[in-house]
Amino acid sequence: MALLLAVSIGILAGSGVWLLLRPRTYQVVIGLSLCALAVNLFIFSMGRLRSGAPPVLASTTGTLADYADPVPQALVLTAIVIGFATTALLLVVLLAARGFSGTDHVDGQER
Amino acid sequence: MAGWAHHLIIAPVVLPLVAGALLAVYDERRQFLKGLINLFSTLANLTIAILLLQAADADSPGVYLLGNWPAPFGIVLVLDRLSAMMILLTAVLATASLIFSMARWHTVGHHFHTLFLFLIMGVNGAFLTGDLFNLFVFFEVMLASSYGLLLHGSGPRRVQASLHYVVVNLTASFFFLVGVALIYGVTGTLNMADLATRIPALAGENRILLEVGAAILAMALLVKAAMWPLGFWLLSAYPAAAPPVAAIFAILSKVGLYVLLRGRPLLFGSEAGEAAGYGATLLFAGGLATIAFGVVGVLASQAMTRIASFSLMISSGTVLAAIGLSDAQVTGGALFYLASSTLTISAFFLLIELIERGQNPGADLIAVTAEAMGAAPDEEDATSEGGMGFPGTLAILGACFVACALLLIGLPPLSGFVAKLALLAALFAPAGEGATAGISAANWAFIVLLLLSGIATLMTLSRVGIRAFWAPVDAVVPRVLAVEVAPVAALLLLTLVLAVKGGTVMQYMEETARSVLTPSSYIEDVLSAPRVPPAKAGLQ
Repeated sequence: MALLLAVSIGILAGSGVWLLLRPRTYQVVIGLSLCALAVNLFIFSMGRLRSGAPPVLASTTGTLADYADPVPQALVLTAIVIGFATTALLLVVLLAARGFSGTDHVDGQER
Repeated sequence: MAGWAHHLIIAPVVLPLVAGALLAVYDERRQFLKGLINLFSTLANLTIAILLLQAADADSPGVYLLGNWPAPFGIVLVLDRLSAMMILLTAVLATASLIFSMARWHTVGHHFHTLFLFLIMGVNGAFLTGDLFNLFVFFEVMLASSYGLLLHGSGPRRVQASLHYVVVNLTASFFFLVGVALIYGVTGTLNMADLATRIPALAGENRILLEVGAAILAMALLVKAAMWPLGFWLLSAYPAAAPPVAAIFAILSKVGLYVLLRGRPLLFGSEAGEAAGYGATLLFAGGLATIAFGVVGVLASQAMTRIASFSLMISSGTVLAAIGLSDAQVTGGALFYLASSTLTISAFFLLIELIERGQNPGADLIAVTAEAMGAAPDEEDATSEGGMGFPGTLAILGACFVACALLLIGLPPLSGFVAKLALLAALFAPAGEGATAGISAANWAFIVLLLLSGIATLMTLSRVGIRAFWAPVDAVVPRVLAVEVAPVAALLLLTLVLAVKGGTVMQYMEETARSVLTPSSYIEDVLSAPRVPPAKAGLQ
């Protein structure tokens, strides 16, 4: 599971960075979204990989080792929401820039 | 602080949030009412900031436990000298740029006041928070509103600049998250005071992972603080912003500096075991490189807004280098410099718009080209027709410009001089008592760059000043309202106050520097903050 997660984070981040460096605004937006996914997975993995362990205390018996770390899950939720909102805002800016310059080059002009 | 006054700590976050949310429901046509409400809450924020500063100066750090959870588990807000000072600085800039914007700028786009208040909330929150993840949240609140504010007024240039600004900052946010996640993964805590107690116990690969995490986190902060080579976004974003927005943005780069100033001694202070002193050299070198880049940029700039942006980079670089030295005296001087230069640059951004009003955009560029080509100035347009402003306008603007120039260069009698003097004196003083080693090469480099930055600014600003105020035969007197000059003059007068009260202020700054660099009382106060006792039974 660790290898699978590491490889997927790597692929997502790699493609994200490559797209981020492309000259078209649409590619940049998709690149940012892929990077966001990679980062979210990364944060999640920082709580150690567990399957079938609940993050919230269900009973007073048992030990804390039976539970998953809830903090990264809360963090990743916040990060998803914030990333989502800022990407939406970026899309608006992108459309406005397209409207003003008539091109979707990130610098507002071809070459 | 006790009783109700204790709740004042959270007021700089709650007040702008509530006021901003309230303003969002008002129609855009009631701009004046919105402005009044905003002005009222900004002034209230200023009052609170002053009260907090007094409280922080009198007491040990005030710790506010949200939801009454004890420190490492719940969220804490911490008010100490450093955060109180930064909040006051923010409140002063906010008041000045809001009053400036009320003359006309607030009407050129939607939701200016709401975004403005949310920006203040984010900045205040970042200064107050005691844990890393809330720092991220407040950072994002601040950035999200700054995206909106940068777009304020629209137009191709602003939209283009915003596009770059948003992408750069979103990428920086990813670095922030990865850094925070790594630090949490290694130490299992996000509370900065708790982190400080856990780091000395880390060893081997865990320590390396922590350092990697901190370095990645610092990347995000350094992008915000515009360290060379991470700060090129600033040069397209700030000059494009509407002037009152640029004036308040002057504090944004200070947020990154604040976190570095606060976090480095906490995480990698002298008690951090093997990790102690991590990153100091890099911050110092980066700071020097930023100053050098700023110096070249100031010399090469034609447009005043670019000069202001490069000056901002110089001021960032100076503070960064001082953080890298982590010496109490130098840090004290750097804090004074930070306060003085932030006020100056903010005033300068406002002033530039007043000076350039009436000139057609790009006029200064053409003037230089004409000079270089040896062309004779136009004789035909000698008949002046732009005398609509109030009589002393040019004189007042000129005086303000001279004051700004003195501050940026660091000449007496204003606070820029005191700040540079304090920095230089600290750099020349050998470290520790009885040290005979003399001044280190690093200090020499810092001193030389600091002086060079003054000379470069002097040259550039005298060139620009002559061109703007003396050279034009048919000077167009810009139509300027008193309400627009007042905030500029007030900011500049404040720097005069800083200089006159230099002794008291400097003492405060040195106290601040000492408590920041030896954070043991900070850590203790946060971790042992008393919870509010449960309400008496029967009250239900």
